[in-house]
Amino acid sequence: MGEKHIDETTGAETTGHVWDGDIMELNKPLPRWWLYTFYACIVWAFAYWIIYPAWPLMTGYTKGVLGYSQRAEVAKDVAAANAAQEKYRAEIAATPIADIKKNPELFEFARDGGAAVFGDNCAPCHGRGAQGAIGYPNLNDDDWLWGGDLEQIQKTITYGARAGNPDTHDTMMPRFGLDKILEPAQINDVANYVRSLSHLDVDAAAAARGKQIFADNCAACHGDDAKGNTDIGAPNLTDAIWLYGNSQQAVMHSIETGRGGVMPAWIGRLDPVSIKMVAVYVHSLGGGKPEPSKVEDGKPEEKEHHDEKSEAPK
Amino acid sequence: MTVMGGHNKFITDAAPTKPGAGKEPSAYASRQKIYPKEAHGTFRDIKWAVLVVTLGIYYILPWLRWDRGPGLPDQAFLLDFANQRLLFGPLQIWAQEFYYVTGALVVSALALFLVTAVAGRMWCGYACPQTVWTDLMIAVERFWQGDRNARLRLDQQRWSIEKIWKKAATHVSWLLISVLTGGALIFYFRDAPTLAGELATGTAPYVAYAFLGIFTMTTYLLGGLAREQVCIYMCPWPRIQGAMLDKDSLFISYRDIRGEPRGAHKRDQSWEGRGDCIDCKACVAVCPMGIDIRDGAQLACIQCALCIDACDEIMDRIGRPRELIAYTTVRNLESATKGPREGWRIIRPRTILYSVLIAAIGGLMTWSLLNRADLQMSVLPDRNPLFVVLSDGGLRNGYTVKIINKLQTARQFRIGVSGVPGARVQFVEFDGSDPLIGVAAAEVRPVKLFVSVDGPARKGLRGDATPLTISVTDAKTGEAAARKTIFSGPAQ
Repeated sequence: MGEKHIDETTGAETTGHVWDGDIMELNKPLPRWWLYTFYACIVWAFAYWIIYPAWPLMTGYTKGVLGYSQRAEVAKDVAAANAAQEKYRAEIAATPIADIKKNPELFEFARDGGAAVFGDNCAPCHGRGAQGAIGYPNLNDDDWLWGGDLEQIQKTITYGARAGNPDTHDTMMPRFGLDKILEPAQINDVANYVRSLSHLDVDAAAAARGKQIFADNCAACHGDDAKGNTDIGAPNLTDAIWLYGNSQQAVMHSIETGRGGVMPAWIGRLDPVSIKMVAVYVHSLGGGKPEPSKVEDGKPEEKEHHDEKSEAPK
Repeated sequence: MTVMGGHNKFITDAAPTKPGAGKEPSAYASRQKIYPKEAHGTFRDIKWAVLVVTLGIYYILPWLRWDRGPGLPDQAFLLDFANQRLLFGPLQIWAQEFYYVTGALVVSALALFLVTAVAGRMWCGYACPQTVWTDLMIAVERFWQGDRNARLRLDQQRWSIEKIWKKAATHVSWLLISVLTGGALIFYFRDAPTLAGELATGTAPYVAYAFLGIFTMTTYLLGGLAREQVCIYMCPWPRIQGAMLDKDSLFISYRDIRGEPRGAHKRDQSWEGRGDCIDCKACVAVCPMGIDIRDGAQLACIQCALCIDACDEIMDRIGRPRELIAYTTVRNLESATKGPREGWRIIRPRTILYSVLIAAIGGLMTWSLLNRADLQMSVLPDRNPLFVVLSDGGLRNGYTVKIINKLQTARQFRIGVSGVPGARVQFVEFDGSDPLIGVAAAEVRPVKLFVSVDGPARKGLRGDATPLTISVTDAKTGEAAARKTIFSGPAQ
């Protein structure tokens, strides 16, 4: 193509290409600097490959001359965050758990930090919202197997329940059915009686027979009034909260097998400050009880003390 | 400006292109360097004034102070990203109120549409930062290297001490302006005197230097080097604004009915039978875009009106009437009336629509801004768990109430709950059921609270979702806000 192609209508140059016999394209050249910008981007890409990690290899990847790594960046950020938290953590370690709330800033830190610890460690059993499940206590409510003030919660988390730790809560409810302590009919009667305490629909005759069985076998731990005892993890049998369900079948099953849920001891798995923070968090979920010294007007938080062994989570 | 119609004889869709050299046409074109000559006249004066005013506003604004009380920034105009606030004098726009900014931008866009519909590319010609900074850079270039002819000569010269000195002085001046430009911009984002001190002592945040560098380089590249290339090849606005233009929009045009046939004119020659254009190319020499306005309206023309000044100067000298090149309209050119703006209609459906929209949106925004509450709140009910069964068979729901204090003073509030009979309130952070909750000046405070209903009182609940109202009241003034939510329970 030796000559210029001029479009008659506009008088402008065309690219010289013709489609369908008569369709031509006006030549609108791109500015040359735009082309150079494109070349510069290619050079940039090559430079990037050399400077930064870029190419996967069989057993790794090219590291780049700067030695940059996002993992190292994260590690640096985490270290910086930990260093920034150290001040609060030291203060939490030095403050009695009941006094943390007196410092709003420290309380906020402990609660939020505790929520994070809870999400990582406790949520698998107790649920993300601490709502619990059958066999795993709901930590939002006001019913506590092992006591609901800050120190009691901290102790339960630290040593667990039936966890094999020397300081763990290790009282157990007898297996009344499996160990033939009670006859099946007696278990049926006492289950009816226990359920009648919560005003559930029961066989009145069976419940009446169960009353004496309860007094003979259960009251030692659960109390004459069946309101339980947090020192030995004996649940209150008169309230609306049932860890294993409130059907006749579920209650009979509890009496037969003794249940005896297990929670790990967290000492050794979590540092003491994290345990303290998660205790503050759990206590703040709404069911936390005041410290014993704060209970004044004889609220029913304090329970009767029973020494006998034999405990039944409901 | 394709919207005006390709058939129109005043419109050509041509960027300045050079004819090829008779070979396969190149797909790339080198930039033809432009040497704009200095213009003198009304429009040049207006442009100087706009340059001084806009640059003045740009540089001074971040240094104005505004006392907001203790603990709050005292910069009048501050885009406080760290605290998610935009501070404009007495006005504080919070992140969740960004719609005010959106509204302001919508009104600005509509105002731009209106101006464009009435008077054409006023933005491009006078107010666009690209135009203003390019104007400034050209003025600096002219200061060091002289006017058009001197610069043309200098570029053709061999390299010499003089040429190196003049070029270096120009680029150093451009870079200096660029640093000051980038520097001024970052002052809008952080307390200006503090940041100036930090920059001077090398202790400013890394991001401040990064943005200073970025804006310095963009100013130098776009204003100093790229200039008209930005308008022709990078900017979308020349393409978009065609949608706002019609036959009644002002635009700058060579009035060929007066000018043609053009040609050189001798002093004693008659003006009979020929046009007023003496083909002196003064209009081409002053053009910062390097185009010939006599080719008709074109995308590359930013309508800066310097060719009007240049032509008027020549017309005065040869004793012909001004406005051979003038602000006119397509309607006027087509009807070939005498004055350049005869028959110009400003009020037409398009301008009425834009004005009504501006008034409506602007009015709505102003009204809502003047009536916005100093106290706002939000309620977020706990969703996991939705509700908690208590040992007496009662129910408890948890809520997070956010109290937003928009005043510049700390305030104390009380939270009240209504709608659920027998509801008891307890707080996580506070003792008692009716605590005084302090919220610092211009702050948001989340408050966690629990609402419980005793077992016997559950009879008063309405199914699994009882309506509940949570209210926040200023303990001193009684100003109140309330939000409706629900009290959840098991399905019945």
